[in-house]
Amino acid sequence: MNWHDHLPAFLVMIPLLGAFLTPFVASWGKLVRNVFFVLFMALTLVVGISLCTATFDGRVLVYVMGGESFSLTLPSGMSYPIRILFEIDGFGSLLILCISIAAFAGALFSINYMDRFSGWKRFMSLYFLMTAGALGMSATGDLFNFFVFVEISSIASFGLIAFWRDKPESLEASFKYMLISQVAAMLLLLAIGSLYGKYNALNMGALASMLRAGTLERISLALIVSVLAFKCGAFPMHTWMPDAYAETPSGVTCLLVTVSQASFYGLIRVCYSIFPALTQGGTVGWILIVLGCMSMFFGVLMAVVQHEIKRLMGYHSISQVGYMLLALGVGLLALGNRNDIAAYGLTAMKGGLFHVMNYSFYKGLLFLCAGALYYATGTRDLDKMGGLARNMPWTAGMFVIAAAAISGLPPFNGFVSKWMIYESSFVVHPLLPALAMITSVLTLASFVKVFQAAFLGPAKEKFVAVREVPYGMLAGMAILTVMTLLLTLFPGWFMGNLFENAARALLDHQGYIRAVMGGI
Amino acid sequence: MTDSIVKTTSDFAGNAAYVVVALLVIMALYSILTQKNLIKICIGIAVLGSSVNFFLVLLGYRQGGIPIYYLGGAEKAMVLPTPQCLTLTAIVIALATTALMLSLVILIHKHYGTMNVDEIRRLRG
Repeated sequence: MNWHDHLPAFLVMIPLLGAFLTPFVASWGKLVRNVFFVLFMALTLVVGISLCTATFDGRVLVYVMGGESFSLTLPSGMSYPIRILFEIDGFGSLLILCISIAAFAGALFSINYMDRFSGWKRFMSLYFLMTAGALGMSATGDLFNFFVFVEISSIASFGLIAFWRDKPESLEASFKYMLISQVAAMLLLLAIGSLYGKYNALNMGALASMLRAGTLERISLALIVSVLAFKCGAFPMHTWMPDAYAETPSGVTCLLVTVSQASFYGLIRVCYSIFPALTQGGTVGWILIVLGCMSMFFGVLMAVVQHEIKRLMGYHSISQVGYMLLALGVGLLALGNRNDIAAYGLTAMKGGLFHVMNYSFYKGLLFLCAGALYYATGTRDLDKMGGLARNMPWTAGMFVIAAAAISGLPPFNGFVSKWMIYESSFVVHPLLPALAMITSVLTLASFVKVFQAAFLGPAKEKFVAVREVPYGMLAGMAILTVMTLLLTLFPGWFMGNLFENAARALLDHQGYIRAVMGGI
Repeated sequence: MTDSIVKTTSDFAGNAAYVVVALLVIMALYSILTQKNLIKICIGIAVLGSSVNFFLVLLGYRQGGIPIYYLGGAEKAMVLPTPQCLTLTAIVIALATTALMLSLVILIHKHYGTMNVDEIRRLRG
């Protein structure tokens, strides 16, 4: 085996190693600590990008931990599919790219942002663990391993949400998230356990090849879909999202956004690759569509009335998750029917996956901008800000780009992905794109409000001394801005190499099974 | 696959343990949803975790099966130790979350001076 065959293992190993080296390295001074932090995140990013380019031609990378094949063969000749494996196809690599870029940008931003605070060892360790968990969730091909990575990233995020433990609000937000997340994780384990009890396999590919429709499978699917919808912040269980996003240090919020994307990844993976026998009927597709529409609409309605910048953005996250659920739900309706896939299914899925990447970058950028405003002014209340575009021209410029992208103004990337979602959901029901467009208009309205309140208007006396934020923070924001602009300028390249591949990988669940079972 | 060899019991005695799991899960969810005291909610989460672990251990028990360690040959029914491994992992995770949760409760009590969830409501709207 060449060294680059081991890349999938490095993807999780590097941040894990970083997490456990942190307590030693962080005591050697500020410079060493910062270099170490950025270096390890950069290494993770390099591994993420090279894994992503390896799947451009539609290949599925399979990596078995500690062996050549995932089956253990006994001397008596019986073999069991028990080894843990990583399975990275087009969809997984899309998520890996989003997570590693957002994690790198968040790390750069945090170096200056967290400089005023103590507790760096804990901060860096938890940040590394959260990255490792999120990357593992999108790479793993084993259901129990998925649960373990969910827990690694969740426990790290509980710690990071409550990082400012002298603030009662962050403790409250962390406890709320923990409660929802723990119940969700335990029910997920229950569902995984019952599937294991029936099929004797935890491997996603092996499970998908054996799965038949039945009552137990229906219960497991219902449990898995509902708990992962919990975790990615869909409407009726969304309450943790604005609290957690608002109270977390901003560099971490940027990563937390992609961690909830990883839960979304799990949801979509389970629906498309493991349970296609059950989800083809259309019921699950419609459930996702209804959840998506409600999240979209109610999320944005609650966002419009907010006065606190990060809470406002937290509610917008709910509505953005709604778009993705809508798109992938529409795709699920078409699953198994060649004509429907050609007519609208593939467009919906490509649009939804495009939106996954757009959302990770512009939402991360918006949270970093909000963090920059908080760093410079010391307040998150929009009513107290004003006239800051003079003091912080770079932040203002990047905020405009992100706000235009999230509101779906042409020619920005958000417009392209939303347009594909409108176009395809119209075929299913004309009300769906109407609702999505109203959401988009309200999103624009609320971001115009934020921009006007924070950056425009007369200069306020107390903000005369406010300066642009330090270079590290600007660099973190610049990475996400550049990614947003690249997605805007070259949508064709990303579409051809990433989203088309990812959508085809999801539709071709036999290919996913073949990639694992072919090795036996 | 092993379970084709093993006879599954359909009588009540064989399934009683699963009924206990179901009862425990329902009790835990009930306490999480209805209790107002933070500590009681934590107990609910811990009971939920234990009941899921109990369920996993139950899955590992197949009547007449022997542990795979003894290599009984093809005609004997063997049981993989996977559920036990899963349970150990899940116990460690549940321990970590319970400890973190209780420490959060201590800090919340310090700041708010109460354990009642209805009074811990600064994040609204």
